[in-house]
Amino acid sequence: MNNLYNIAKDLFSTNKVDLIIGYKSIDSRRTKPIFVSSNEDVDHLVFNEYSLNNLSVYLTRKDIKKYNKIGILAKGCDIRAIVQLINENQIEREKILIISKKCNGVVKDFGLEYNEENIAEKCKSCKVRTPKVFDLMIDSEEEKKLPEPTISSRVNELDSMTPEERFEFWRNEFSKCIRCYACRQACPLCYCERCIVDKNIPDWIESSPTQRANFSWNLIRAFHLSGRCIGCGECERVCPVDIPLSLLNAKMGIVAFKEFNYATGMEIGEPTLVGNYSNEDNEDFIK
Amino acid sequence: METNINFEPKIIAFVCNWCTYTGADLAGTSRLKYAHNVRIIKLPCTGRIDPLFIIKAFEKGADGVLVSGCHPGDCHYTSGNFHARRRWILFNQLLNFAGIDNRRVHFSWVSASEGRKWVDVINEVIETVRKARPFVGYSKMNKEYVYNE
Repeated sequence: MNNLYNIAKDLFSTNKVDLIIGYKSIDSRRTKPIFVSSNEDVDHLVFNEYSLNNLSVYLTRKDIKKYNKIGILAKGCDIRAIVQLINENQIEREKILIISKKCNGVVKDFGLEYNEENIAEKCKSCKVRTPKVFDLMIDSEEEKKLPEPTISSRVNELDSMTPEERFEFWRNEFSKCIRCYACRQACPLCYCERCIVDKNIPDWIESSPTQRANFSWNLIRAFHLSGRCIGCGECERVCPVDIPLSLLNAKMGIVAFKEFNYATGMEIGEPTLVGNYSNEDNEDFIK
Repeated sequence: METNINFEPKIIAFVCNWCTYTGADLAGTSRLKYAHNVRIIKLPCTGRIDPLFIIKAFEKGADGVLVSGCHPGDCHYTSGNFHARRRWILFNQLLNFAGIDNRRVHFSWVSASEGRKWVDVINEVIETVRKARPFVGYSKMNKEYVYNE
């Protein structure tokens, strides 16, 4: 039987992995990341609709990179992050063993019951619920229908406002920001060893949580993820003051798709968006 | 006072060393007159222009920003402006989505021989920004800590 326990046990006993990054249950509606390095802890592993964390964030950490072969539990969206990290030459495909399953969505946040109402927004528009890139698949339920997504209508709603109204909207949202950088820490693609916001000579982005500095920080964060964000929504989930960051990321995803027909992290070997160019790029807006 | 349409906008122009800066120089040596509201910042290449610069300009009180470089294919470093163009496509729409009026951010290709075009671009940009009114949003944003609100 292809359940998680058997797969993991087998991987360790045949020495196919040195470490498995997975989830452990805290209670019936919560999990936390767990790092399993031997057969003993394998029975802690779970993979269910409360497995929220995008574990690929750990793959670029120094203390994880030292392992030769890493197994990782990844949902379809997490796999897109892994693929993007491979395409950006941050990790090697051969060193990663992806254990996945067919996904019927996860809950918005820990503690909520899994039902139609509490399914995370990102799952409703997900195109990789049956993942395309993986090594091992555990037995899982077939895909079932999820509620209709609302994110693009929220983006359209903002688009239809005047610039002044939009500015006011974001000023209000960003002024809540306490600059804890949880969004950055949870993001699998924010792997810079030293973030631009931590560089202070010269001081490009002010580090105090003022309205002006918050606006700059959040804009730059969104820009640095343009064409790179895979939409796992971790930034928004971990945000302690609930700034709708996935609206910004979704907008940039829509732009990347419209302008360049580009969807991030779908295929290994695909050239990155901003690292490349084409002679035919749109220049209607350039005088 | 601040809604006065006759205000003199502050424009920051980020230009590349090889084409647009030389083009602006040509405009000068040809004694062409253009609006004086523009502050030029010279950089090696449009590829060197980090979108952060544009944000910083608004932070410091600019009403509008112009980014200009070599025509596609003319880059001194072969492909700097192609990379820049792709970045601008994304950044331009991000700024618009964040509520920074598109009338405040302009992009152009001006070659070393286009002194005339530089003058026209500057005059056009300044008129557009003048219509967009002073940008009080960014620089006048609260600079105090806000977490106790």
